[in-house]
Amino acid sequence: MSIKVRIPTQLRTLTGGIGEVTVEGSTVGEALKALDTAHEGFAERIFDEQGSLRRFVNVFLADEDVRFLDGLSTPVTDGQTLSIVPAVAGG
Amino acid sequence: MDFVSGLRCRECGRTYPAEALHVCDYCFGPLEVTYDYERVAASMTRERIASGPRSIWRYAALLPVADSTPVDLGAGFTPLIRADRLAAELGLGELWIKDDTANPTGSFKDRVVSVALTKARQLGFKIAACASTGNLANSVAAHAARAGMESVVLIPHDLETAKVTMTSVYGGRVIAVEGSYDDVNRLCAELTSEQPSWAFVNVNVRTYYAEGSKTLAFEVAEQLGWEAPDHVVVPIGSGSQLTKVAKGFEELWKVGLLDEEPSVRISGAQAEGCSPVATAFAEGTDAIRPVKPNTIAKSLAIGNPADGWYALDAIRTSGGSCAAVTDDEVVEGIRLLARTEGIFAETAGGVTIATLAKLAAQGVVRSDERVVALVTGHGLKTVEALSGIVGPSATIAPTLEAFDEAMGGTYGPADETVARSA
Repeated sequence: MSIKVRIPTQLRTLTGGIGEVTVEGSTVGEALKALDTAHEGFAERIFDEQGSLRRFVNVFLADEDVRFLDGLSTPVTDGQTLSIVPAVAGG
Repeated sequence: MDFVSGLRCRECGRTYPAEALHVCDYCFGPLEVTYDYERVAASMTRERIASGPRSIWRYAALLPVADSTPVDLGAGFTPLIRADRLAAELGLGELWIKDDTANPTGSFKDRVVSVALTKARQLGFKIAACASTGNLANSVAAHAARAGMESVVLIPHDLETAKVTMTSVYGGRVIAVEGSYDDVNRLCAELTSEQPSWAFVNVNVRTYYAEGSKTLAFEVAEQLGWEAPDHVVVPIGSGSQLTKVAKGFEELWKVGLLDEEPSVRISGAQAEGCSPVATAFAEGTDAIRPVKPNTIAKSLAIGNPADGWYALDAIRTSGGSCAAVTDDEVVEGIRLLARTEGIFAETAGGVTIATLAKLAAQGVVRSDERVVALVTGHGLKTVEALSGIVGPSATIAPTLEAFDEAMGGTYGPADETVARSA
């Protein structure tokens, strides 16, 4: 599956300033690992020591928080967009 | 001159200069403003504060920006009201209401926005933006107008009418998004990467913005004669306000403004339809699971609270509690506060009062404690919550007979203590 990943400002130093990267994978986790293979350094930034998403990292698949789906195991379909977004406060 | 020493990641401890940064570049943890407390202590005295403006800016030494003419509509220094009648209803002793309905746009958000836009202007931003559940929208639009800044405010499409009007009237751009607050927030977080020249007050200026909430603690202590209360009940949306109230009391002690080291229990209040923090507290876990909100307390309807972990930690560390109440209890909380103390709060205030009642009934909030409940927004913002619940006692023809009938005969109850001249 070919997946577009939107990269937040904070991680664009890893992509040479590019805000959108296309990777291959059949789950959210695979796509994010492919991102780390293409641009080394992503994994340690977005995963904690246990390999889970860091708690202030939100990942959205087609605008839905993957925590409401199947987390990193969520299957992805061709052409979908993943967004990596820092958690923000509100009100 | 401010006393900021820099920014520090709450997760991994990396430090950054005091610029327009909001999350740690490394781990995405939130950044916290750090101060040179020795210098603050040397500058900040009770006398100097007392002679300062009657607004949040009297505590400027503990705010993250110094400006002799801040972006200011007069936020803060709101009444702290002794609530004996409410205390009696709840079986409590010394109870106070921090009445933040009295802020310029009717909510505590004026505190954080005044700080955020003052800092944003100093950093060179000309456009103010935010994601909002309504109160923040009102405040950003108003303060941007005051500062002569453009504003772009993003809100969920189903907000209360008053909050939409109170945002739109100031002439900025208001974008209603077909989605929940969490959708709006995610959109804004993504927009921040695409439009870095805008000051999103609760995104890329959040580090500074959040500091404004400390003034709630500063004011409560000053208004109690420079003493901290024993217990504070705080509503939880993102969790930011609660953590900053805790930080505020700690800072007052650090800079020598309190005689006794504060030991303030902090309890959180949520609506059942959006209670990820209360749920985690009840389950004794650190894992806050995001939820899809469904409650009339829209200003607290944040399903994925960014500061939830820190709020939970502050509650547990302080020996406080966290509870959630139903929408019916929220409405009853609004009515109870209005009936006993003459304060009309929005739904978030109803959440606070209903949770206070619940915790008092459980013996968690105790009658031997000096208790402060934060009422953070005005009831006129959420009149829909009371639609069909309160209204005229009767609608009558303009005649004495009709009035007498409506009052139950002989013109209703008389006050025998009133002297009659006729």
